[in-house]
Amino acid sequence: MADIAFLLLIFFIIATTMDVDRGILRRLPPPLPPDVEKPPPIKERNVFQVLINANNQLMVEGELLDIRNLKNKTKEFIANPADNEDLPEKKPPQNIDLIGIYKVSKGVISLQNDRGTAYGMYLQVQNELTTAYRELRDDFSMQKFGKKYSELDKNHSKAIQEAIPMVISEAEPKNIAGMGKP
Amino acid sequence: MAKFHKQKSEGAPGINTASLPDIVFMLLFFFMVTTTIRKASLKVQLVLPFASEIQKIEKKSLVSYIYVGPPIKSLQSLYGTEPRIQLNDAFAKLDDLREFVIKERQKHDEKEVPMMTWSLKVDKDTKMGVVTDIKQKMRDMNALKIMYSAKKATGTASF
Repeated sequence: MADIAFLLLIFFIIATTMDVDRGILRRLPPPLPPDVEKPPPIKERNVFQVLINANNQLMVEGELLDIRNLKNKTKEFIANPADNEDLPEKKPPQNIDLIGIYKVSKGVISLQNDRGTAYGMYLQVQNELTTAYRELRDDFSMQKFGKKYSELDKNHSKAIQEAIPMVISEAEPKNIAGMGKP
Repeated sequence: MAKFHKQKSEGAPGINTASLPDIVFMLLFFFMVTTTIRKASLKVQLVLPFASEIQKIEKKSLVSYIYVGPPIKSLQSLYGTEPRIQLNDAFAKLDDLREFVIKERQKHDEKEVPMMTWSLKVDKDTKMGVVTDIKQKMRDMNALKIMYSAKKATGTASF
Protein backbone atom coordinates (compact mmCIF):
# COMPACT_ATOMS: atom_id res chain seq x y z
CA MET A 1 0.00 0.00 0.00
CA ALA A 2 2.66 2.40 1.03
CA ASP A 3 4.63 1.54 -2.09
CA ILE A 4 1.78 2.49 -4.37
CA ALA A 5 1.24 5.67 -2.42
CA PHE A 6 4.90 6.50 -2.74
CA LEU A 7 4.78 5.93 -6.46
CA LEU A 8 1.81 8.22 -6.87
CA LEU A 9 3.39 10.75 -4.56
CA ILE A 10 6.53 10.91 -6.66
CA PHE A 11 4.49 11.28 -9.82
CA PHE A 12 2.55 14.21 -8.44
CA ILE A 13 5.62 15.88 -7.03
CA ILE A 14 7.18 15.82 -10.48
CA ALA A 15 4.02 16.88 -12.28
CA THR A 16 3.39 19.81 -9.96
CA THR A 17 4.13 23.25 -11.32
CA MET A 18 4.11 25.67 -8.50
CA ASP A 19 4.52 28.79 -10.56
CA VAL A 20 1.68 31.21 -10.23
CA ASP A 21 0.90 33.45 -13.11
CA ARG A 22 1.31 37.08 -12.24
CA GLY A 23 1.35 40.18 -14.31
CA ILE A 24 -0.07 43.59 -15.03
CA LEU A 25 -3.79 43.50 -15.63
CA ARG A 26 -5.21 45.80 -18.26
CA ARG A 27 -8.55 46.31 -19.91
CA LEU A 28 -8.48 46.96 -23.61
CA PRO A 29 -10.88 49.56 -24.97
CA PRO A 30 -13.91 47.97 -26.62
CA PRO A 31 -13.95 47.93 -30.41
CA LEU A 32 -15.31 51.10 -31.95
CA PRO A 33 -18.49 50.88 -33.96
CA PRO A 34 -17.72 51.99 -37.52
CA ASP A 35 -20.10 54.94 -37.65
CA VAL A 36 -18.98 56.62 -34.46
CA GLU A 37 -18.24 60.31 -34.38
CA LYS A 38 -14.77 61.45 -33.57
CA PRO A 39 -14.51 62.48 -29.94
CA PRO A 40 -13.81 66.15 -29.35
CA PRO A 41 -10.11 66.91 -29.16
CA ILE A 42 -8.60 67.02 -25.70
CA LYS A 43 -6.82 70.15 -24.63
CA GLU A 44 -3.07 69.95 -24.90
CA ARG A 45 -2.52 70.65 -21.21
CA ASN A 46 -4.67 67.68 -20.28
CA VAL A 47 -2.61 65.18 -22.25
CA PHE A 48 0.52 63.57 -20.94
CA GLN A 49 2.26 62.26 -23.97
CA VAL A 50 4.52 59.25 -23.58
CA LEU A 51 6.28 57.99 -26.67
CA ILE A 52 8.64 55.06 -26.99
CA ASN A 53 10.61 54.72 -30.18
CA ALA A 54 12.14 51.69 -31.86
CA ASN A 55 15.41 52.23 -29.99
CA ASN A 56 13.55 51.97 -26.70
CA GLN A 57 14.02 55.64 -25.93
CA LEU A 58 11.39 57.43 -23.98
CA MET A 59 10.01 60.83 -24.90
CA VAL A 60 7.66 62.49 -22.47
CA GLU A 61 5.93 65.77 -23.29
CA GLY A 62 8.42 66.43 -26.07
CA GLU A 63 11.57 65.72 -24.10
CA LEU A 64 13.82 62.72 -23.73
CA LEU A 65 13.37 61.25 -20.29
CA ASP A 66 15.03 58.57 -18.26
CA ILE A 67 12.62 55.82 -17.27
CA ARG A 68 13.52 56.31 -13.61
CA ASN A 69 12.00 59.79 -13.68
CA LEU A 70 8.81 58.71 -15.41
CA LYS A 71 6.96 57.80 -12.24
CA ASN A 72 7.50 61.14 -10.52
CA LYS A 73 6.69 63.09 -13.64
CA THR A 74 3.45 61.16 -14.06
CA LYS A 75 2.48 61.73 -10.45
CA GLU A 76 3.16 65.42 -10.78
CA PHE A 77 1.03 65.55 -13.89
CA ILE A 78 -1.97 63.77 -12.46
CA ALA A 79 -2.00 65.34 -9.03
CA ASN A 80 -1.29 68.95 -10.05
CA PRO A 81 -1.74 70.18 -6.48
CA ALA A 82 -0.92 73.82 -7.23
CA ASP A 83 -3.30 74.04 -10.20
CA ASN A 84 -0.42 74.84 -12.47
CA GLU A 85 -1.31 76.33 -15.86
CA ASP A 86 0.69 73.72 -17.81
CA LEU A 87 -0.70 70.76 -15.93
CA PRO A 88 -4.18 69.33 -16.42
CA GLU A 89 -7.39 71.03 -15.42
CA LYS A 90 -9.76 69.71 -12.81
CA LYS A 91 -13.33 68.81 -13.46
CA PRO A 92 -15.94 70.88 -11.62
CA PRO A 93 -16.30 69.70 -8.01
CA GLN A 94 -18.44 66.62 -7.69
CA ASN A 95 -19.71 64.60 -4.80
CA ILE A 96 -18.16 61.18 -4.42
CA ASP A 97 -19.58 58.72 -1.90
CA LEU A 98 -17.45 58.32 1.22
CA ILE A 99 -15.08 61.06 0.14
CA GLY A 100 -17.23 64.13 -0.34
CA ILE A 101 -16.68 67.02 -2.67
CA TYR A 102 -13.66 66.41 -4.85
CA LYS A 103 -12.24 67.82 -8.04
CA VAL A 104 -11.23 65.01 -10.34
CA SER A 105 -8.30 65.61 -12.65
CA LYS A 106 -8.98 65.73 -16.36
CA GLY A 107 -5.53 64.39 -17.16
CA VAL A 108 -5.15 61.68 -19.75
CA ILE A 109 -2.03 59.67 -20.36
CA SER A 110 -1.42 58.98 -23.99
CA LEU A 111 0.95 56.11 -24.57
CA GLN A 112 2.29 55.45 -27.99
CA ASN A 113 4.95 53.04 -29.08
CA ASP A 114 6.66 52.05 -32.26
CA ARG A 115 6.18 48.66 -33.82
CA GLY A 116 9.86 48.12 -33.22
CA THR A 117 9.79 48.85 -29.50
CA ALA A 118 10.87 45.93 -27.35
CA TYR A 119 8.11 44.41 -25.28
CA GLY A 120 10.24 44.57 -22.15
CA MET A 121 10.56 48.33 -22.47
CA TYR A 122 6.86 48.77 -23.13
CA LEU A 123 5.96 46.75 -20.08
CA GLN A 124 8.36 48.72 -17.95
CA VAL A 125 6.70 51.95 -18.97
CA GLN A 126 3.31 50.43 -18.21
CA ASN A 127 4.70 49.37 -14.86
CA GLU A 128 5.97 52.85 -14.03
CA LEU A 129 2.63 54.39 -14.96
CA THR A 130 0.81 51.86 -12.82
CA THR A 131 3.15 52.59 -9.94
CA ALA A 132 2.47 56.29 -10.25
CA TYR A 133 -1.28 55.73 -10.04
CA ARG A 134 -0.95 53.25 -7.23
CA GLU A 135 1.17 55.62 -5.15
CA LEU A 136 -1.22 58.51 -5.74
CA ARG A 137 -4.14 56.34 -4.70
CA ASP A 138 -2.23 55.11 -1.67
CA ASP A 139 -1.47 58.65 -0.56
CA PHE A 140 -5.01 59.79 -1.06
CA SER A 141 -6.40 56.76 0.67
CA MET A 142 -4.04 57.25 3.62
CA GLN A 143 -5.17 60.82 3.92
CA LYS A 144 -8.89 59.98 3.73
CA PHE A 145 -9.23 56.59 5.36
CA GLY A 146 -5.89 56.02 7.07
CA LYS A 147 -5.31 52.82 5.13
CA LYS A 148 -3.48 51.83 2.00
CA TYR A 149 -5.50 51.53 -1.19
CA SER A 150 -4.95 47.79 -1.45
CA GLU A 151 -6.27 47.26 2.07
CA LEU A 152 -9.58 49.01 1.47
CA ASP A 153 -12.86 47.22 1.08
CA LYS A 154 -14.83 47.28 -2.14
CA ASN A 155 -16.85 50.45 -1.57
CA HIS A 156 -13.91 52.50 -0.39
CA SER A 157 -11.62 51.39 -3.17
CA LYS A 158 -14.35 52.21 -5.65
CA ALA A 159 -14.54 55.72 -4.25
CA ILE A 160 -10.80 56.12 -4.63
CA GLN A 161 -10.98 54.82 -8.17
CA GLU A 162 -13.59 57.41 -8.91
CA ALA A 163 -11.49 60.20 -7.45
CA ILE A 164 -8.30 59.12 -9.20
CA PRO A 165 -9.35 57.32 -12.35
CA MET A 166 -6.69 55.51 -14.29
CA VAL A 167 -6.84 56.86 -17.80
CA ILE A 168 -4.19 55.44 -20.07
CA SER A 169 -5.05 55.74 -23.69
CA GLU A 170 -2.99 53.77 -26.14
CA ALA A 171 -2.73 55.12 -29.63
CA GLU A 172 -2.15 52.89 -32.60
CA PRO A 173 1.57 52.37 -32.94
CA LYS A 174 3.55 54.18 -35.53
CA ASN A 175 6.01 52.56 -37.79
CA ILE A 176 8.47 55.39 -38.06
CA ALA A 177 11.66 53.44 -38.12
CA GLY A 178 10.25 50.84 -40.47
CA MET A 179 11.30 48.11 -38.08
CA GLY A 180 9.40 45.19 -36.69
CA LYS A 181 7.00 44.68 -39.53
CA PRO A 182 4.74 41.70 -38.88
CA MET B 1 17.62 -23.65 32.78
CA ALA B 2 16.77 -20.08 32.32
CA LYS B 3 13.47 -19.55 30.66
CA PHE B 4 14.04 -15.92 30.00
CA HIS B 5 16.79 -14.74 27.74
CA LYS B 6 18.25 -11.49 28.47
CA GLN B 7 17.15 -9.07 25.76
CA LYS B 8 19.84 -7.60 23.58
CA SER B 9 20.28 -4.03 24.50
CA GLU B 10 22.83 -3.12 21.86
CA GLY B 11 21.91 -0.50 19.21
CA ALA B 12 18.92 1.77 19.02
CA PRO B 13 15.53 0.20 18.46
CA GLY B 14 14.08 0.62 14.95
CA ILE B 15 11.74 3.49 14.23
CA ASN B 16 8.13 2.57 14.33
CA THR B 17 6.90 2.90 10.73
CA ALA B 18 3.25 2.22 11.38
CA SER B 19 2.30 5.83 10.74
CA LEU B 20 4.39 6.15 7.59
CA PRO B 21 1.55 5.39 5.15
CA ASP B 22 -0.54 8.06 6.81
CA ILE B 23 2.14 10.64 6.29
CA VAL B 24 2.73 9.56 2.72
CA PHE B 25 -0.97 9.69 1.95
CA MET B 26 -1.24 13.12 3.43
CA LEU B 27 1.58 14.38 1.21
CA LEU B 28 0.06 12.57 -1.73
CA PHE B 29 -3.27 14.29 -1.30
CA PHE B 30 -1.58 17.63 -0.86
CA PHE B 31 0.27 17.29 -4.14
CA MET B 32 -2.76 15.89 -5.93
CA VAL B 33 -4.80 18.90 -4.94
CA THR B 34 -2.17 21.50 -5.77
CA THR B 35 -1.10 19.98 -9.07
CA THR B 36 -2.05 21.76 -12.23
CA ILE B 37 -0.74 19.73 -15.07
CA ARG B 38 0.80 21.95 -17.66
CA LYS B 39 -1.29 21.70 -20.76
CA ALA B 40 1.04 23.04 -23.37
CA SER B 41 4.68 22.30 -23.80
CA LEU B 42 6.48 25.47 -24.65
CA LYS B 43 7.72 25.83 -28.17
CA VAL B 44 8.94 29.36 -27.75
CA GLN B 45 11.71 30.76 -25.62
CA LEU B 46 10.26 32.91 -22.91
CA VAL B 47 12.15 35.36 -20.80
CA LEU B 48 9.42 37.29 -19.08
CA PRO B 49 10.04 40.94 -18.29
CA PHE B 50 10.16 42.15 -14.72
CA ALA B 51 7.54 44.37 -13.18
CA SER B 52 6.78 45.49 -9.66
CA GLU B 53 3.07 46.27 -9.93
CA ILE B 54 1.92 42.75 -10.52
CA GLN B 55 -1.27 41.10 -9.48
CA LYS B 56 -2.30 37.51 -9.16
CA ILE B 57 -5.25 36.13 -11.04
CA GLU B 58 -8.03 35.06 -8.73
CA LYS B 59 -9.57 32.43 -10.93
CA LYS B 60 -7.00 30.29 -12.60
CA SER B 61 -9.52 28.25 -14.53
CA LEU B 62 -10.62 31.34 -16.42
CA VAL B 63 -7.21 32.11 -17.85
CA SER B 64 -6.10 31.32 -21.35
CA TYR B 65 -2.53 31.71 -22.43
CA ILE B 66 -1.02 33.22 -25.51
CA TYR B 67 2.70 32.72 -25.88
CA VAL B 68 4.90 34.86 -28.06
CA GLY B 69 8.62 34.50 -28.54
CA PRO B 70 11.36 33.13 -30.75
CA PRO B 71 11.11 29.35 -31.32
CA ILE B 72 13.18 27.13 -29.07
CA LYS B 73 16.64 26.09 -30.25
CA SER B 74 15.62 22.69 -31.58
CA LEU B 75 12.90 24.22 -33.75
CA GLN B 76 14.89 27.14 -35.04
CA SER B 77 16.14 25.31 -38.10
CA LEU B 78 12.52 24.77 -39.08
CA TYR B 79 10.92 28.02 -38.06
CA GLY B 80 13.74 30.54 -37.91
CA THR B 81 14.34 32.95 -35.06
CA GLU B 82 11.56 35.47 -35.64
CA PRO B 83 9.10 35.66 -32.74
CA ARG B 84 6.06 33.48 -33.23
CA ILE B 85 2.72 33.04 -31.55
CA GLN B 86 1.97 29.78 -29.78
CA LEU B 87 -1.59 28.84 -28.96
CA ASN B 88 -2.19 25.63 -27.05
CA ASP B 89 0.40 23.23 -28.39
CA ALA B 90 1.26 24.61 -31.78
CA PHE B 91 2.55 27.67 -33.55
CA ALA B 92 -0.20 29.83 -34.88
CA LYS B 93 -0.75 32.71 -37.20
CA LEU B 94 -2.47 35.89 -36.22
CA ASP B 95 -5.64 34.80 -37.97
CA ASP B 96 -5.83 31.66 -35.82
CA LEU B 97 -6.47 33.83 -32.77
CA ARG B 98 -10.09 34.20 -33.71
CA GLU B 99 -10.70 30.49 -33.67
CA PHE B 100 -8.69 30.14 -30.47
CA VAL B 101 -10.80 32.73 -28.67
CA ILE B 102 -14.02 31.08 -29.80
CA LYS B 103 -12.81 27.64 -28.73
CA GLU B 104 -11.64 28.85 -25.34
CA ARG B 105 -14.95 30.56 -24.77
CA GLN B 106 -16.86 27.40 -25.53
CA LYS B 107 -15.11 25.70 -22.63
CA HIS B 108 -16.77 28.00 -20.16
CA ASP B 109 -20.20 28.93 -19.06
CA GLU B 110 -21.75 31.84 -20.88
CA LYS B 111 -21.86 33.87 -17.68
CA GLU B 112 -18.16 33.43 -17.17
CA VAL B 113 -17.11 34.61 -20.61
CA PRO B 114 -16.76 38.31 -19.70
CA MET B 115 -14.57 37.35 -16.77
CA MET B 116 -12.10 35.40 -18.85
CA THR B 117 -8.57 36.69 -18.74
CA TRP B 118 -6.09 36.37 -21.54
CA SER B 119 -2.58 36.08 -20.29
CA LEU B 120 0.02 37.32 -22.72
CA LYS B 121 3.27 35.57 -22.03
CA VAL B 122 5.63 37.45 -24.23
CA ASP B 123 9.40 37.30 -24.42
CA LYS B 124 10.88 40.61 -23.37
CA ASP B 125 12.87 41.13 -26.56
CA THR B 126 9.90 40.69 -28.84
CA LYS B 127 9.05 43.68 -30.95
CA MET B 128 5.80 45.40 -30.05
CA GLY B 129 4.42 44.99 -33.57
CA VAL B 130 3.35 41.41 -32.93
CA VAL B 131 1.91 42.27 -29.54
CA THR B 132 -0.05 45.20 -30.94
CA ASP B 133 -1.52 43.03 -33.68
CA ILE B 134 -2.63 40.53 -31.05
CA LYS B 135 -4.16 43.29 -28.96
CA GLN B 136 -6.09 44.64 -31.93
CA LYS B 137 -7.37 41.16 -32.75
CA MET B 138 -8.45 40.67 -29.15
CA ARG B 139 -10.26 43.98 -29.24
CA ASP B 140 -12.13 42.96 -32.36
CA MET B 141 -13.12 39.74 -30.64
CA ASN B 142 -14.27 41.66 -27.59
CA ALA B 143 -11.79 39.77 -25.42
CA LEU B 144 -10.75 42.77 -23.40
CA LYS B 145 -9.37 41.52 -20.13
CA ILE B 146 -5.72 40.90 -20.71
CA MET B 147 -2.73 40.42 -18.50
CA TYR B 148 0.85 41.12 -19.40
CA SER B 149 2.59 38.29 -17.65
CA ALA B 150 5.68 39.37 -15.75
CA LYS B 151 8.01 38.31 -13.02
CA LYS B 152 8.11 39.96 -9.65
CA ALA B 153 10.69 42.65 -9.27
CA THR B 154 11.28 45.02 -6.45
CA GLY B 155 11.53 48.65 -7.40
CA THR B 156 12.52 49.72 -10.87
CA ALA B 157 14.11 46.84 -12.68
CA SER B 158 16.78 47.63 -15.17
CA PHE B 159 15.63 46.69 -18.62
